Amino acid sequence: MPDTLVALYVFVLACFIGYFVIWGVTPSLHTPLVALTNAISGIVIVGALLVTGAESAGTTAEVIGFFAVLLASINVFGGFLVTNRMLAMFKKKDKKQGS
Amino acid sequence: MEISSNTQALAYLVAAVLFILGLKGLTHPASARKGNFFGMAGMAIAIGATLLGSEVQSYGFIIAGVAAGAVIGSVLAARVQMTAMPQLVAALHSFVGMAAVLVALGTYLNKAQAGLLNPVLMGELSAGIVIGAITFSGSVIAFGKLQGLISGAPVVFKGQHTLNALLGLVTVGLAIVFATTEASWALVLMTILAFVLGFTLIIPIGGADMPVIISMLNSYSGWAAAATGFTLGNNLLIIVGALVGFSGAILSFIMCRAMNRSIINVVFGGFGGDSEAGPSAVAQAAEKGVKAASVEDAIYWMEDANRVIIVPGYGMAVAQAQHALKELMELLEENGVEVKFAIHPVAGRMPGHMNVLLAEADIPYDHVLEMDEINPEFATTDVALVVGANDVTNPAAKTDPSSPIYGMPILDVAKARNIYVIKRSMRPGYSGVENLLYYQDNCSLIFGDAKDVCEGMVTALKGGGH
Repeated sequence: MPDTLVALYVFVLACFIGYFVIWGVTPSLHTPLVALTNAISGIVIVGALLVTGAESAGTTAEVIGFFAVLLASINVFGGFLVTNRMLAMFKKKDKKQGS
Repeated sequence: MEISSNTQALAYLVAAVLFILGLKGLTHPASARKGNFFGMAGMAIAIGATLLGSEVQSYGFIIAGVAAGAVIGSVLAARVQMTAMPQLVAALHSFVGMAAVLVALGTYLNKAQAGLLNPVLMGELSAGIVIGAITFSGSVIAFGKLQGLISGAPVVFKGQHTLNALLGLVTVGLAIVFATTEASWALVLMTILAFVLGFTLIIPIGGADMPVIISMLNSYSGWAAAATGFTLGNNLLIIVGALVGFSGAILSFIMCRAMNRSIINVVFGGFGGDSEAGPSAVAQAAEKGVKAASVEDAIYWMEDANRVIIVPGYGMAVAQAQHALKELMELLEENGVEVKFAIHPVAGRMPGHMNVLLAEADIPYDHVLEMDEINPEFATTDVALVVGANDVTNPAAKTDPSSPIYGMPILDVAKARNIYVIKRSMRPGYSGVENLLYYQDNCSLIFGDAKDVCEGMVTALKGGGH
């Protein structure tokens, strides 16, 4: 099976997982969910690393890659941290209720 | 240390599983924080495995990029006000979009250098560039609208959809030319047109539809990552991109349902400006006039109430009135008043935004109710206090078939015994539709900034009220 077809298999199956996982989310967590998926979409950083660090990369590709790494890592760090900040606020209330 | 490609593939698999568990965790409050940590762990493993793999040979630019990104991202996350969360998310979406474009361009350069170009690869590259570019410029427009840099009103003109369709077709055409002929002019032109397309696709969408747009761009950013995965033959990117893409798509669907509108309607509707709202009912209502009330009037009724329901909207968010509301809630509860908060799914400019703002003010979870839970309670409520919410309380959605928001599920505020609406002016909400609620006999408007008014209520209550 050619690589592109394997990729297509993976893609379609992953779509199903995404579909089934997301439906259960409670409305109160919609914003943190968007923030988390936002952080996760920063996974393009992997692509950025491969472009920037490739042995055959010329200076132009390296500079382009640098900006890709920069943008994606802002996304990764910003996304996860802000999600954590929001969830911590929800957490605080849970504790109070419990005590 | 360098790891083999098999080890790397296994690490990617672990990362993918962690991302799935992360999203799964976010579906329930109890497991949400754990979910976020799973996500972080997945990302750390993904980045680590990539850096240790044989494909990454130089680290200078990478370290510089990650370090700078980490600082900027952390500062943004720590400093952003919860009210500005929609803007931050829009900005982050644009970064993913741009990163995807850059990765595709960089991959093109690297592969061209190595002589590894082929039509399939270039087709995938084109998809990555086009989706990424649309995500980027679309998110920039969304950011501008949310931040108030550009008007939230939809920009609509004749032939707009034809223009967009044409732009889309030409972009696809150029992608085909590029994939088959390797013509770099086609690549450049395609990239530029895709940026333009993102711009022209989002500019007609009005402020009222922003919760949908934020989720939709979230979805796009996922598809952009998946397209990048196809380009690089990287399964992790494909899996994660699909997860994010579907998450955004489902949230968009949920938001559309909360507004009783189809996604097509949102994307092509231009909802949120000066609409041709059914003038009949509005004209009639306008003759009845609107009552203005003072803070003292409202306090007089709230103090003696058995139950008060507070309905927060974006007006509360921009005024940062959530902390004053918390204090108001506590004072009323000391007086034996039962206080609840009613949240409409599309209140604010982002799905679930109000929940976050109330959580920020430390308002207990069990006081905050979703639309379906709270709606039956309005009829037995003494006072409904609407704090800067507009369209989501408009009874026209139920009573006036000519209204553009007819059919949208709303909070049944109109049924409460007394209604006080805190509002800055008589301007209609994002939908541009007059709110019939204001013309009801039992409804009074308190004009002013939501925070000032709420603080005024707190002072009045402390001072013994009336």
